[in-house]
Amino acid sequence: MPDTQERWGIPGTYVFDLALSRQGYAINKMCNSLKFDENREAFKADEEAYMERYGLSEEQKQAIRERDWLRLTQLGGNLFFFLKLGATLGYGLYTIGAQMRGESYEQFMSTRNVPGAT
Amino acid sequence: MGKIVAGIGSSHVPSIGRAYDQKKQADPAWQPLFDGYEPVKRWLAEEVKADVVILVYNDHGTEFFLDCYPTFALGVADSYAVADEGYGKRPLPDFPGDAAFSEHLANHLVADEFDLTLCQEMALDHGFLTAMPLLWDHDDTAWPVKVVPLLVNVIQHPLPTGQRCYKLGEAIRRAVEAYPEDTRVAVVGTGGLSHQLNGERFGHINEEWDKQWLQRIQDAPRELAALSHKEVMTAAGAEGGEVIMWFVMRGAMTERVEEVHRFYYAPMTTGIGLLALNNSD
Repeated sequence: MPDTQERWGIPGTYVFDLALSRQGYAINKMCNSLKFDENREAFKADEEAYMERYGLSEEQKQAIRERDWLRLTQLGGNLFFFLKLGATLGYGLYTIGAQMRGESYEQFMSTRNVPGAT
Repeated sequence: MGKIVAGIGSSHVPSIGRAYDQKKQADPAWQPLFDGYEPVKRWLAEEVKADVVILVYNDHGTEFFLDCYPTFALGVADSYAVADEGYGKRPLPDFPGDAAFSEHLANHLVADEFDLTLCQEMALDHGFLTAMPLLWDHDDTAWPVKVVPLLVNVIQHPLPTGQRCYKLGEAIRRAVEAYPEDTRVAVVGTGGLSHQLNGERFGHINEEWDKQWLQRIQDAPRELAALSHKEVMTAAGAEGGEVIMWFVMRGAMTERVEEVHRFYYAPMTTGIGLLALNNSD
């Protein structure tokens, strides 16, 4: 993670600044391409080749292989874009969020005011 | 002469759009939200009767990606398409623009030293779409108002300051009042309120902050606009920083405002706020 995150100093929070955005550019560019159905199919058919095509680093590829959303965030992934990767792989917003918090889906939902409003 | 006839602040959470499309208006988890917007929708239709709405929003990789993301961008087209963000295109009609009014705004705002990116095509994602059908009735093919999309970068820092957004609102007011046609203009600032969608603090909301926000943006907007992004994000979450878009709306209103309606609901991961304001000077 770029040192610039230290200047924000907000615990548990990754501020998507230009340094983080530059670091994660390949991730976000790849994920944003998954708004098209044919690209989602291509990704599912061969994840490794698809990641290679967008030039992800080995660390970034590993975070995606492990579906490690927190690590992906630390490496510059932005949820607005990697939510499209989540949708491709069957991970919704709240599943991703629970994992980033280190909780199960059920634990996370029990912290919400109106869990039915999804 | 053009006139600003309403100022609206509204969240733009995508799950609201899904609930709307799936007709969950009577679902117990969603009914409070749809009921909360109803009085504003009625006020806009029966009293405000705007001809054009300037809606302030941000794009999420739909029209603009990080390869080239403008700080401020203004639509200058006669129509705007509803985009498919990859989750299926929403069943909403495309939006009519008002190119002549947009051109006037562009000329006036650039002369007023706001150097906007001008867009002759702009596909609109949930940042724009969410609030519209909650505020204006539509049928399968048409909307009762024309729109002017105004994009603000709130996704990649450096973001413009809250004060810059406020001043842009003031410039919009001057531009509208210099418009020779008798056009009635509503300004909608979208986004917020508190939410965070990344990191270990995912799901952070701050209801106390949000409720104060809905009051202070009326009484002490300049004080709020002077807060740093870090101060706002610490209180309202990383993505809660997008509330600066409400300042464009507030800056376009008179110094004193009258509250027409206020609604707040924080069911899941976002403090959903709605505020309808009238000019009182």
